[in-house]
Amino acid sequence: MADLPQKDLPPVTERLRRSVVRTPLPPKDDRGRMKLVMDSLVLHLHPAKVSRPALKLTYTFGLGGLLILLFLVLVSTGILLLFAYTPSPDAAYQSMIALQTQVDFGNLIRNLHHWSGNLMVIVAVLHLLRVFYTSGFTTPREFNWVMGVGLLLLVVGANFTGYLLPWDQLAYWAITVGTSLLEYVPLVGDTLTRMLLGGPEVGAATLTNFYALHIAIIPLTISALVSFHIWRVRKDKITIPRQLDRPPDTSKVTTIPHLVSIELVYALVWLVLLVGWSSFVNAPLEEAANPAHSPNPAKAAWYFMGLQELLMHFHPLFGAIIIPALGLAGLLSLPYLSQDMESVGVWFRSRRGRWMAGASFALGVVATFAWVLADEYWLDWPGWLPFLPSYLSNGWIPFALLLLVLMGYYELVKSLGSSDCEARQALFTFLLAAFLTLTFVGIFLRGEGMALILPWR
Amino acid sequence: MNNEEITRRDFLTLAWSAAGALALSEGVFVGLRFLTPRSVEGEFGGEFNLGPADQYPSGTVTPVEAGRFYLVRLQDGGFMAIYRRCTHLGCAVPFDQASGQFVCPCHGSVFTMDGEVLNPPAPRPLDLFALHINENGEIIVDTASPIEREHTDPAQVVYLG
Repeated sequence: MADLPQKDLPPVTERLRRSVVRTPLPPKDDRGRMKLVMDSLVLHLHPAKVSRPALKLTYTFGLGGLLILLFLVLVSTGILLLFAYTPSPDAAYQSMIALQTQVDFGNLIRNLHHWSGNLMVIVAVLHLLRVFYTSGFTTPREFNWVMGVGLLLLVVGANFTGYLLPWDQLAYWAITVGTSLLEYVPLVGDTLTRMLLGGPEVGAATLTNFYALHIAIIPLTISALVSFHIWRVRKDKITIPRQLDRPPDTSKVTTIPHLVSIELVYALVWLVLLVGWSSFVNAPLEEAANPAHSPNPAKAAWYFMGLQELLMHFHPLFGAIIIPALGLAGLLSLPYLSQDMESVGVWFRSRRGRWMAGASFALGVVATFAWVLADEYWLDWPGWLPFLPSYLSNGWIPFALLLLVLMGYYELVKSLGSSDCEARQALFTFLLAAFLTLTFVGIFLRGEGMALILPWR
Repeated sequence: MNNEEITRRDFLTLAWSAAGALALSEGVFVGLRFLTPRSVEGEFGGEFNLGPADQYPSGTVTPVEAGRFYLVRLQDGGFMAIYRRCTHLGCAVPFDQASGQFVCPCHGSVFTMDGEVLNPPAPRPLDLFALHINENGEIIVDTASPIEREHTDPAQVVYLG
């Protein structure tokens, strides 16, 4: 046996202690010890120093942090709800009634879960918009944008699967309509829908599937992906905000206490708002699900109303599949297209970018409204072209016209002297306005039989 | 043996990768089979005996709640079993006795008594279930799988005798 250099070992008790507690010794006083633990956790999540100007609330609006807070609220209220909920068609609705009438604070917890879940969808979209309009996806942050889009889809998926669980009329038909969109996917649509529903229609198997997705698969996937997302933010740093025509302020401050104190106060304010709102506004609950009776009108979950409205105007192959798929592909490829590093950290890229974004938004709203009205009262492609199958007359033809309009708009904006980036931003804003308008029309202006109505009538 | 073509390391990498891919595909296969929907006996999806055919007058539509379909007897005496699920987005389509049409409450699709689309957005006629009249003159409807059709066709109608 070779002679190994001998080291004087400390006594066994000391070795045992060191094996449990990592050296160096923690401070002797309680406050110091607690701070050490907290600080190392904080610095695990954040860099030691952060950009001073990026701390301004009007740059990030704390949207990413708010999403984490909402996720934590959803996990904690969700775990409580698990103890009061039975996922079967016979018992689910009874659980809801019990939550409202028997369980102490049952209504508050359900309201908190419901409103936080819905707010999360809105905040996730706002977070995406903030990053887009300040060029937050520029190198080296491209992939973090892609992950962010993935997280947005997961948030929507979590909301959608949770939507079914109350098993009331609203839940049943929103999920029926929502999953029927999937059937239009060519080739695999039927199989996919059948697998998701566990049968030909929404039923007991669907509730089991959605329950498993909602409480285990989606939250776990979000946790894993969001860890990666935040780690990349920590490594890549956030973009430094910049005023127009001024050099960026590159000064830095320590994360503790400057960033952490803001985060804690912000979280507390939002918690108060959430609990306050949930104390007074009840989550909707309609009568128990009745598979024989569709409500009039039957609407999908509110964040799918833009899609459902699109379906009013396009053949399903285009309305439910091609246009959304192209939109998603466009969103994912945005950071990989040409970048203008000059615009990083500047709201809306440049002075020209600002008014163009504003004009594009207004134009998008007006054009979409005009198109919805025209399609309701005047346009009738299948009637004018009765000899064509409807996927051509109500699909390819209007879709091709739409593409021409968008390409024309892009060229028009470019001819006004904007860069590729500004023109792309104008196009994005136009499409965003169109999507928001469609969502608005679908939610508020569609009444019985999905006819256009005025909401105050 | 020619060492330049494939080294020991190449071979082992390939072999282990193949073993890994095989294990992965086995996992996926087992998972998918596990998640495959099961059909439950004696529920929607089974056969329905609706009794003697002559008890249904011509020009009537009879809902069969448990089977989720309508037994339609056309004016000319022909039978059809029409699945109540709208071909647009899956709503349950009620039959409007007053107008003699199927009117979807969700998105305004209108269908004739035999399921033909009168008003979009529905992309195709209402689906059918296989229907036959047995030797005792009883109507048998099999709800195992809906029959999709692009157009209505007289061949889809079943007549007595």
